[in-house]
Amino acid sequence: MNKKIEKVKKETEPKRKIFLNVVKAFVVGGIICLLGELITEALIKYGHLEKDTAGIYSVIIMVFLGSVTTGLGLYDKIGQFGGCGTIVPITGFANSMTSSALESKSEGVILGIINNMFKLAGSVIVVGVVSGVVIGLIRYLLGV
Amino acid sequence: MKKVGKQSLILDNVYVLNSGVTVGPKEGAGPLGKYFDKVYDDLHIGEKSWEKAEMKMFKDAIDICLNKEKIMPKDVDAIVCGDLNNQIIIGNYVLRDYAIPYLGVFGACSTSVEAMIIASQFIESGTFKNVLAGTSSHNATAERQFRYPTEYGGQKVNTTTSTVTAAGTILLSNKMSQIKVTKATIGRVYDNEIKDSLDMGRVMSIAAFYTIKQHFDDFQLSPMEYDLIVTGDLSFYGKDMLLKIFDEYHLGINKNYNDCGLMIYDRNNQDVLAGGSGCGCCAAVTYGYLLEALKEGKYKKILVVATGALLNPIIVAQKETIPSIAHAIVLERVE
Repeated sequence: MNKKIEKVKKETEPKRKIFLNVVKAFVVGGIICLLGELITEALIKYGHLEKDTAGIYSVIIMVFLGSVTTGLGLYDKIGQFGGCGTIVPITGFANSMTSSALESKSEGVILGIINNMFKLAGSVIVVGVVSGVVIGLIRYLLGV
Repeated sequence: MKKVGKQSLILDNVYVLNSGVTVGPKEGAGPLGKYFDKVYDDLHIGEKSWEKAEMKMFKDAIDICLNKEKIMPKDVDAIVCGDLNNQIIIGNYVLRDYAIPYLGVFGACSTSVEAMIIASQFIESGTFKNVLAGTSSHNATAERQFRYPTEYGGQKVNTTTSTVTAAGTILLSNKMSQIKVTKATIGRVYDNEIKDSLDMGRVMSIAAFYTIKQHFDDFQLSPMEYDLIVTGDLSFYGKDMLLKIFDEYHLGINKNYNDCGLMIYDRNNQDVLAGGSGCGCCAAVTYGYLLEALKEGKYKKILVVATGALLNPIIVAQKETIPSIAHAIVLERVE
């Protein structure tokens, strides 16, 4: 590549608005987690559940909400604003599965939905399992 | 027909008879909406899959073009077309229903002009009388082909372009008409070593620059020769980079230059990030708006430079840089 073009390429390098994105992610992610927390507290208070059980139900409800908003075409719009704040919570996991499933619906149940559902979410499972093994090993070796 | 300079050719006998342009709702609501022949209310276009929706759109574009000219498919000598789907299946499937000899081409988003250049050769040589050229792209098929599922919530960076949902066909002929195809420049493949497939405007700006420069060198013309120079789908960031490269070379094209990706949408009021891209972007603007503007006399001579990023998701995941290409064609109003 010649020098003139190299120079323009450097000059026009797009700037990413990292600070603004971090703030938005913090707020949106925080709201999602607050909602989850409220559901857990409500289940303990009004559902008379143990804390652990309430947590599990709360996760199920959040996954449900993530999937429904994905199906309604809302989650990607929130995601465009909230960035990482919408992807990191469990609703983001639900969104990656539901969006993959919806996208592959046209190829049928087996070749489409089942084959592709974990296309994006699969990485989360792999990283989760591998880090679980590593942390477990460290704990075992340290005897804690 | 003769070769001029390194990469260009002159055409003496190729005219544009008619065109057909079908677009999605967002394109219909854009600034050029009234120049398109058919606007669909939603992206599904009454079909079960996105791919079928794109096929329907392309089929309609062929039918509209042929109906306008009142010409039967049997009187079309050949069709040259391509799209962004794997193995260019849109043309392959749509043309099952037509008894028209078919040449499938792939030039990514430069297909609209690549197909026109190839089609014009059959007419210029005297072999064929009527040849169709065309292309299509659909936001949802392109998203799943190159990016993420449509409903995935990941944030898109601001350099991301929005794939235009549009299909366009153009009927070229040796029969005289108001618009003549007079010159063409075939592009080379360039690479300015950008790896980001979500920054395609800047990837393609280098190909656009060299093709435009080569066009001027080959014909010994200045940018002022044209009332309008348009690139296919550089959009906001690519246009900015292209103009700065021209400044660096002290070649001014600022006054009469625009980009189809910025013309088809109203970036301030439509949610399209950097602007439009895709095969349908340059096709809809050129076959729809620009032909009409030439007929109205708003412009007399236009240089259309369709730009294409030559990538697929596998090679991008392998961290290779992205090559690009640009082909140019000149459309003139016959007085």
